[in-house]
Amino acid sequence: MVRAAVRSLLRQATAATRPTAKPVARTFITSASTRSDAIFVHRDTDYNNPKIPFSFNTENRKVADEIISRYPPQYKKAAVIPLLDLGQRQNKGWTSISVMNHVAEVLEMPRMRVYEVATFYTMFNREPVAPNFVQLCTTTPCMLGGCGSDSILETIQKHLKVKPGQTTPDGKFTLVEVECLGACSNAPMMAVGDDYYEDLTPETTIKILNAFAAGEKPKPGPQSGRRTSENSAGLTTLTSEPYGPGAFCQPEFQ
Amino acid sequence: MAVNRITKENQKLVSISTYFVAHNTTMLRLSTLRSRAPLLGTVRALATSADAAATPNRVHGGLKDQDRIFQNVYGTYGHDLKSAQKMGDWYKTKEILQKGDKWIIDEVKKSGLRGRGGAGFPSGLKWSFMNPPGWEKNVGPRYLVVNADEGEPGTCKDREIIRKDPHKLVEGCLVTGRAMNATAAYIYIRGEFYNEANILQGAINEAYKAGLLGKNACGSGYDFDVYIHRGMGAYVCGEETALIESLEGKAGKPRLKPPFPAAVGLFGRPSTVTNVETVAVAPTICRRGGEWFASFGRERNSGTKLFCISGHVNEPCTVEEEMSIPLKELLEKHCGGVKGGWDNLLGVIPGGSSVPVMPKHVCDNVLMDYDALKDVGSGLGTAAVIVMNKQTDMIRAIQRFAHFYKHESCGQCTPCREGTTWLQRMMDRFVKGQATEKEIDMIFELTKEIEGHTICALGDAAAWPVQGLIKSFRPLMVERMQQYHDKDNSTVLYGGWVEGGHVQEGVVAENPVPGHH
Repeated sequence: MVRAAVRSLLRQATAATRPTAKPVARTFITSASTRSDAIFVHRDTDYNNPKIPFSFNTENRKVADEIISRYPPQYKKAAVIPLLDLGQRQNKGWTSISVMNHVAEVLEMPRMRVYEVATFYTMFNREPVAPNFVQLCTTTPCMLGGCGSDSILETIQKHLKVKPGQTTPDGKFTLVEVECLGACSNAPMMAVGDDYYEDLTPETTIKILNAFAAGEKPKPGPQSGRRTSENSAGLTTLTSEPYGPGAFCQPEFQ
Repeated sequence: MAVNRITKENQKLVSISTYFVAHNTTMLRLSTLRSRAPLLGTVRALATSADAAATPNRVHGGLKDQDRIFQNVYGTYGHDLKSAQKMGDWYKTKEILQKGDKWIIDEVKKSGLRGRGGAGFPSGLKWSFMNPPGWEKNVGPRYLVVNADEGEPGTCKDREIIRKDPHKLVEGCLVTGRAMNATAAYIYIRGEFYNEANILQGAINEAYKAGLLGKNACGSGYDFDVYIHRGMGAYVCGEETALIESLEGKAGKPRLKPPFPAAVGLFGRPSTVTNVETVAVAPTICRRGGEWFASFGRERNSGTKLFCISGHVNEPCTVEEEMSIPLKELLEKHCGGVKGGWDNLLGVIPGGSSVPVMPKHVCDNVLMDYDALKDVGSGLGTAAVIVMNKQTDMIRAIQRFAHFYKHESCGQCTPCREGTTWLQRMMDRFVKGQATEKEIDMIFELTKEIEGHTICALGDAAAWPVQGLIKSFRPLMVERMQQYHDKDNSTVLYGGWVEGGHVQEGVVAENPVPGHH
């Protein structure tokens, strides 16, 4: 109350000294609450707290050891990103505080260092996600290409009745908008789990979503019928047989 | 007098040095001119020795299949070792390795290969930084780090190499690693490329099994290991020092240089970070010779290049073409032309989101190479061509980039962290036209405050698209604002505030697009 009063007083005072005659509705307190894409704090909840046990299963423990062996022994912590990813995969697609703590233990590093990494990289989901994790790219090339990601986003939102960042009530789909996924010649595209679905149209998008809802796995890749990123009207390059070893090489490598 | 008693030889020397001074001044003058008038189409006439004048009657483009390096870019054949060997990979690799580091670097220098990751630094020179005099005395591991964190909007070339020609990359690691006297290579691949990473791992495993990697690689007596490291979704990790940080298991925040990675890099050891495409073309250059590679494209822009074309073309695709191919030919020959015809073109972003957009009159006859695009105030970047026709809302296209950079700023340097947020908020309003004309100058000044004031180039990359928009499409922005003003007959003040807009409990209320500053 007091702050608000002081603020309005100050506002009046500055408004009086301002040269413009128009009524200015602008306060000089300009900072707003920060809205980030993801929260950077952890609050214990019943589904995410350090008391929930987590450890790698035997199979993943082997994989983890293999990953750790790729780095110099004194730089074991270089494996933190791959190990968190492994943990996320074991933990139904999201990285809980228990996963982070377990990785810290395996790599013998301070927990805070693991939290730093887990909050920095956007592919670590720190909230539970549905089994079908739909990531729709809406960056400019996808926005422009094909029928445009706007129409795909609209289609998905209408079909699943969720907004980006939400999970469907039946717990089957989570939708997120992401930045460029690197398949720009095949725009618009989305990733469901690890697989890319490219060259989308509203119709094919609904088909894919229906298939996932029925528990099937539709064929990843371009949905328009082309094989990959070639010219779909017919090849303009690479129409002849590939040249073999030694062809056109310097004499000593022929 | 002593001065008068110069010998003939001295005279010769003097005249040579005068020549160089004169020559240098001309060069300087040219570069000043270029920086002053970067977007004029006529600046092409000022071009350097790399211009068509040096090689008259040479029309670039029309690369033959026999000169394409990536023969499997459309996945026609398998990506396994056998198919790769059939197409000439891993052929006499042993002989290349036994030629030694100097030979490989010389061959790459001869080829004129420039880094394919965007900056276009001469690769041979960069690799030679790993071998300064007395490098042998610094005993211990040395690393080649391959940057496969392809995240630049518009770019999709590395993915094609990794999933269809993985052996080109693996063999490239070995050859490049030999040139740098590296002991191991880490391939940092972006996390979203899960299937691609699996294919690459498969290729590496095959190579180990066949004795092409590991101890005594290819029987050359040289030991070399290749590892994959998957990232987890951070665009900034495409910056070399951020990538090193990330590889060391930290948040990907760029380091200050110097020390440069070639001195102190990954795990505190000498390292060099290079792009996938640069590494993957190295074995073919060694086998076919630097002169062969240098015969394509204009001088100092030589070679072949994977172009990825997206946006408003009839057939978007990824294609390997000769450098210096005219943009118009590239689009019409390989991509079925612009949607609605060439005259329907509004602008092209020639090198991924980080370079400024070029208006149509520049696109008409610009060549696709480093120098030509630099001359017109843009850049080749990663050769990711984003085409926009007249149905595009150009302001929104750039606003989306502003959103991208805001999302991807790592938050280390204040000008970038705050500036990208600020840019996005202003661009949000510009899309609607809820702004004043003076704010265009304000945002331009803001981009100048970000540019060059950050550790890495992400700040510059965030600034350039907005600058390009203002330089080429300012009338459009003004028109949008006029439309907004006319529609509601409303007065918009600085910061997009309209009458009645105010802050209520820390949140902007009754302002169409919230203004925050």
